[in-house]
Amino acid sequence: MSSAETKSAPQKGSSLELPPAEKLRLYRQMLLIRRFEEKAAQAFTQSKIKGFCHLYIGEEALGVGTISVLQPDDAVITAYRDHGHALARGMTPKECMAELFGKATGCSKGKGGSMHFFSKEKHFYGGHGIVGGQTPLGAGLAFAQKYLGTQRVTLCYLGDGAVNQGPFHESLNLAALWKLPIIYIIENNEWSMGTSLARSSAGLPLVNRAHGYDMAGLVANGMDLDDVRAKTAEAVALARTESMPTLMEIRTYRYRGHSMSDPGNYRTKEEIEKHKESDPILLYKARLLEQKVVKNEGDLEKLDEEVKQEVQEAYDFAEQSPEPDPSEIYDDMLSPEDQIPEIPRGNYNHF
Amino acid sequence: MQTITMREALNQAMAEEMERDEKVFLMGEEVAEYDGAYKVSQGLLKKFGPKRVIDTPISEAGFVGLSVGAATYGLRPIVEFMTWSFSLVAFDQIVNNAGQIRYMSGGQFSVPLVLRGSSGGGLQVGATHSHTPENWYANVPALTVITPAFPDDAKGLLKSAIRSNNPVCFIENEKLYGFKGEVPDEGDFLVPIGKGRIRREGSSVTLVANSASTHRALAAAEELAKDGIEAEVIDLRTIKPYDFDLIAESVAKTHRLVIVEENKPYAGWGAQVAYDVQRRLFDELDAPITRVTGMDVPQPYNGRMEQAVMPNEQRIIAAVRDVLQ
Ligand SMILES: Cc1ncc(C[n+]2csc(CCOP(=O)(O)OP(=O)(O)O)c2C)c(N)n1
Repeated sequence: MSSAETKSAPQKGSSLELPPAEKLRLYRQMLLIRRFEEKAAQAFTQSKIKGFCHLYIGEEALGVGTISVLQPDDAVITAYRDHGHALARGMTPKECMAELFGKATGCSKGKGGSMHFFSKEKHFYGGHGIVGGQTPLGAGLAFAQKYLGTQRVTLCYLGDGAVNQGPFHESLNLAALWKLPIIYIIENNEWSMGTSLARSSAGLPLVNRAHGYDMAGLVANGMDLDDVRAKTAEAVALARTESMPTLMEIRTYRYRGHSMSDPGNYRTKEEIEKHKESDPILLYKARLLEQKVVKNEGDLEKLDEEVKQEVQEAYDFAEQSPEPDPSEIYDDMLSPEDQIPEIPRGNYNHF
Repeated sequence: MQTITMREALNQAMAEEMERDEKVFLMGEEVAEYDGAYKVSQGLLKKFGPKRVIDTPISEAGFVGLSVGAATYGLRPIVEFMTWSFSLVAFDQIVNNAGQIRYMSGGQFSVPLVLRGSSGGGLQVGATHSHTPENWYANVPALTVITPAFPDDAKGLLKSAIRSNNPVCFIENEKLYGFKGEVPDEGDFLVPIGKGRIRREGSSVTLVANSASTHRALAAAEELAKDGIEAEVIDLRTIKPYDFDLIAESVAKTHRLVIVEENKPYAGWGAQVAYDVQRRLFDELDAPITRVTGMDVPQPYNGRMEQAVMPNEQRIIAAVRDVLQ
């Protein structure tokens, strides 16, 4: 254990024991993300999804577990591997799939794409494509929450590769200095594209970076939904009651390539297979059976069928949805309503 | 009317807007306890307290990004750069976050943010500290870029910028902070964004300038007047979106256009103006449009060299004589 780990948030005694229906709901969310991503992979190979498409498969317990301890109006912000967080936040598979297809019905009206999901309604602040670029934004959300006296907190995710970006360090300093109610969550999946953690970062474990800023640091097993929930709940309690930030390192693994265009040749099959043995969905499934949350495996298979059906409907919806109208190309760039008279806008394109 | 400096005008604008709206706050290096590196924020800490006038660490990427996040959440931050030259370490936050979030989110999140601070050359602080960055930011579709030249415009435009629901780069000029001028002192004085202003009338040639270059153009116009050449001087005030119609009216009268801008020539804002004027007013022009810009070289430290690099009076006069031939 590093010293940063021991400097953990105080346990707030809130019972994390969930009623059976809730456990099943979280299981279903993980399954939904898995099936959604499988469908997205298929749609990508069919060229229905273009550009970059980073899948969350293998990391489901991380997104679902962390978000499950939030209030609905707490803020969430993440990087480009954002489908899982969006679904865990309650954004619909339809609006998410439609965004991947670039359709007008997408969560960003087809203007954001895979890396730039947004939902004001769900307090989901994106989806950000520049590695580490979202980390000061997260600090700003937490700053505003505190400024306005909301008692709300922010979860800000980043990859293990993003920890080496300067703005992340600036953000940690600001968060600790100004006591912002934010939890930075490093999704340590061991790889940043084709570069292993060992080749990218000094001073491991990554959670150690908390103590340079006198911040609480916590490590969780990202393959274990209950562990993720327990540790995140500690950090959220600290943020909500004392407005103190935490840096979490959650250890996980991505099964697929970095994005759909990455065959992932830098890893061995054995390495991937080894991690699949602790698959978060299978682990939680075994627990549901052991705890008799469901009677038998048949019930869970039925649930899986239901989820697959939901994802298929999302796919059909995305496919049948209209493209955004080209006449709307300039829309959404500037706020239409303003506190000042409308600013005349020049047209710098004559053809 | 009151006669105050540019610095005081900017200070009044911030104070009035902070008074009006609790969500407006000021953040930056040395803005609070030190009263501002250039004293623009003098007295604001005393008036509004540390919750709303906030000293930051030297972390431009961090606090600009933070302010974008806070604006997205509904606050209305004013961020002061000690100088805009230091905005470069926050370039990603300004371009990729402030400039794109609204569009990428399909219009769900607005970013009511003002980034402001000093800029410009002529003070012998060398290449890294003398930038005029209006072109860089005007190239980002969703950013509004304002560069005031007089105290009244500084006050009225900054108040409008703070009220805008869109991100604004408000680029002041260090050399002008002590410049005095008349500023209305009654009522809520707002200057519209996107409108230029004729600062000197004339019929021989149109000079379009901004910020400190407006003063250079005005000085050149006075010199030219001694020879009976009457230059019309337009202060563009807003670089993006800029006031094409005002320029068009003037060019229809003078048929000659000289653009004066301190920034480097390649793809400077004057290139955009020149393109638009030749495209839309081709038949009105009696001479090629001419630009007087900063020279395409890093800013030298040496005083005489730096003066030569800036769009000085002599070069403006030479350009005017050239288009009048
Ligand atoms: C500033 C910047 N540099 C490089 C990239 C290209 N890039 C995108 S993702 C990535 C790897 C990041 O890995 P990590 O932070 O560990 O997150 P993960 O993809 O594993 O979730 C790289 C190099 C980028 N988007 N932004």
